[in-house]
Order: sequence, then structure tokens, then C-alpha cells
Amino acid sequence: MLEWFYQFLLTFVSTIRDVLPIAIVLFGFQFLVIRKAIPNFRKIIIGFFYVLIGLTFFLQGLESALFPMGRLMAEQLTNPAFIFEGLSTVPENFHWSHYHWVLLFAFLIGFSTTIAEPSLIAVAIKASQVSGGAIGIWGLRIAVAIGVAVGITLGAWRIITGYPLHYFIGAGYVIVIIQTLFAPKFVIALAYDSGGVTTSTVTVPLVTALGLGLAETVPGRNVLLDGFGLIAFASLFPIMSVLAYAQLSEYKARHKT
Amino acid sequence: MLVALKPLLTAMTGSIRDLLPIILVIAFFQIVVLSQPIPANELIKIIGGIFLVIMGLTFFISGLEMGLFPIGESMAHAFAKKGSVFWLLVFAFCLGFGTTVAEPALIAVAKEAATIAAQGKIIEATDAARDSYAFGLRMTVALSVGFAIVIGVLRIIKGWPLHYIIIGGYIIVTLMNFVAPDFIIGIAYDSGGVTTSTITVPLVTALGVGLATSIKGRNPMTDGFGLIAFASLLPIIFVMIYGMVI
Repeated sequence: MLEWFYQFLLTFVSTIRDVLPIAIVLFGFQFLVIRKAIPNFRKIIIGFFYVLIGLTFFLQGLESALFPMGRLMAEQLTNPAFIFEGLSTVPENFHWSHYHWVLLFAFLIGFSTTIAEPSLIAVAIKASQVSGGAIGIWGLRIAVAIGVAVGITLGAWRIITGYPLHYFIGAGYVIVIIQTLFAPKFVIALAYDSGGVTTSTVTVPLVTALGLGLAETVPGRNVLLDGFGLIAFASLFPIMSVLAYAQLSEYKARHKT
Repeated sequence: MLVALKPLLTAMTGSIRDLLPIILVIAFFQIVVLSQPIPANELIKIIGGIFLVIMGLTFFISGLEMGLFPIGESMAHAFAKKGSVFWLLVFAFCLGFGTTVAEPALIAVAKEAATIAAQGKIIEATDAARDSYAFGLRMTVALSVGFAIVIGVLRIIKGWPLHYIIIGGYIIVTLMNFVAPDFIIGIAYDSGGVTTSTITVPLVTALGVGLATSIKGRNPMTDGFGLIAFASLLPIIFVMIYGMVI
């Protein structure tokens, strides 16, 4: 119990340290440059306090319950002993389909962690307000989550098969550019933003564990070179899926009338 | 008493729904695929942890609507009314730089990158060389995010179309793939992803939307978003340059 409380305090202090530079910039400019009273100042301070408490609880809970299990799971699933039933190393002539459970795990963990990602919830709330409901909170979140799921699955497949990272990223950019030409204009900025919001608190630790687990055990992969890059997939594919979501909704609306 | 609890309960139900997919995925793999039952003492700890996560998400979301969104928007309105583009851009830079430089995920990536660079004999394998490399990388990324927010805010003010700039950026990144050293490419892409933390995103989004709402002729939907996109793209370019220069 005492150790738990100590951990909790540590998380709280590190959250404060994260918020501090932001608070200094915000209030510094508010008092020195804008020099006007902030409307509802008390409420905003309480809001900041809630954010602080909320993030502390959130991180502490993830760290004590879900992360250790998820990390262990990623290790066990990528372990040759599990994939090749008792072999201690990966045989020379393996096929990527041996890794079907790993790929399913990549897909599902990508989807589910994105649904719980707080910064995506924030952007979805704003997008729904600004678009007057044309973009639904859940529609956007599910579109982004599907993008992350597909991206991480493909990224894991890339580590297993060993194709170079930049081929995929290059091809991805080309697809995004083509989609941009045809997608409804109002969604483009939001879609580009979705790439950046997916990879923060919940997704990164679990996905990194998966990438490292794969890069360590698949023969011929370099942990330091191949362990990176999954995050890049998780940032690129949501752009495509959100553009596709808007294209689909527009297509449906056009064919209804 | 019950009336006061109702919004809290509604918010908590929402958080439970947000979290349910992860719980199901982990339970499925643990029980069905790995066929390992969860020990009883572990189970209590896990349930406690899940309860904390749910409470945390609930607090965070209400804090968002009470604190982060309103201050982002009110500052955007205040700057637009003041009419000083200079101070707005200084603010944009400080916000980008300040929120990134201390970001724990970035510190972790920078450290990892220094290890790789030392193994690849790009830098000497001493602690001092590694520390200075990691510090340089952190500063590079923080500067790039500062500039990214500045460019993004300028775009909102001027009404430049976002997609030409972003596509131009992609083309630069793709071309740089060929000239940047191999070891930096993965790190560069990942540093684009780690710059946007849970507190930065709502704040920057509220700032963008607030600016686009208060400036005449701008549409909050087409012009207000896009700041995060710059903050994820520019670090990739800057880090690749860093890898080429050092």
C-alpha cells in the first residue's frame, strides 16, 4: 500500500512537471502580453486541476493494471516458443503466416488503445462542435481507430517480413496525396491532424513493446533499426481512414438524394 | 445528492465504454490465446487499476471542457482582438517549444537514438557524447515544433490552403529518405509521433479553432484544424537534417 502511494505521488509529480511549462507559457502571455482578466478564471483553474488529477489517475491505473499485462502479452506472443510450439529460436524457413496471433493482436490492440486515447477524444469533441455534428464524435474515433489498427498490423507484418520502412511510408504518402485531391475540402485539415493525435499516452507503450518483441526474435532484424517505425505507421494510416470516412459519408449523402 | 451525482455517473459510463475494448482484447488473449488464467491477487490489482483509469479519464474530460478548451479559445480571441501578429507568433513558438522540450516520450526517444548513433559509430561511445547528442536531438525537435505552430498560425491568419503545404512537406520527407543516413529514418518518423502530448493536443486545437473563428473570412472547420499536422511533420524533416549534419 505504501509503495503504491509512493508510485502515485511520483506519477503526480511527473504530471505536474509536464503541465508546468504549458501553464507558464499560457499564464505568462496572459498576464504580460494580453493583460486582461481571464473570464471564468476560477473555473479554468479548477479545470486545470481536474486535468492534472485525471491524467495522474489515468497513467497510474494504466501502469498498475493494463501496461504490465499488455507488455508481457506482447513478449509472450512474439516468443518463438509460443509461435513454433516449443522451438527456442525461429526456424530459417518460417512464413509470416506463423505470426497470425501476433498480427491479430496488433490489429485489436491498435484499435482498442486508440478508442481510449484522451487526446483523440478531445479532438473529436471539438470537430463535432465545429462541424455542427456533420462529423460525429464516434464516427471520427472509430475511423481513426481502424486506421491505427491497419497501420500497426501492416507495421508488424513489415518487421516480420523485413521490407524497408520507407517503401511503405512513401507509398502511404502517395495514397494520401491522391485521396486529398478527391476528398471533401472541409475534412482535409482534420484528417491530417488525426495522424498526430493517435500516438500519445495509451498506444505508444504497448505498440513499442510489440515492435521490440518482434525485432528481438525474428532472425535478421535489428532491434535498434526495426524496433522503430511502428509509430510512423500509426500516424500515417489514420489520415487515410479519416479521408476515406469523409469520402464514404459524402458518397452516401449524394446517392440518397 | 443524487442529482449532483448524475452527470458524474453519465461521464463515468462514457469512460467505461471507452475502456471496454482494451479490457476485452487483453482478456481474450490472456484466457483464450495464451490460455493463462489470471491469479486472484493479480485480478484485484487489475480491477483497482481499471477503476483508476476510468476515474482519470472522467476527470480529464471534464477538465478539458472547463479549463483547456476555454483558455485556448479565450487567448485566441484576445490575440485576434489585439491585432498584434508579432506577439501571436511569439506565443505560438513558445507554446510549441515549451510543451515539447520537456516531453517524457521525446526524452526517451532521444536517449534511444543516442544509443543507436553510438553503436553505428556516428558519435563516440562515451556518456558525454551520447548526452550531448540526445540533448541536440531534443532541442532540434522542440525547435521544429515551435516553428511548426508558428507556420500553422500564419497559415490560419493568411488563409493558405493546408494541403499544398503538407503535400510539399511529404515530398521533402520522401526525397530526404534517400539522402539521410539509414539509422536516423525510423527515429525521425517516430519523433513526429511523440511530440503531441495529451495536454498539448486539446490546447493547440482550441487555439486553432479559436483563431479561425475570430478572424474574418476564415472557417473554423477548414482553417482551424491543421496545427497538429504541422507539429507532426516538421520534426521529421528537422530530425533528418540533424542526422545528416551530425
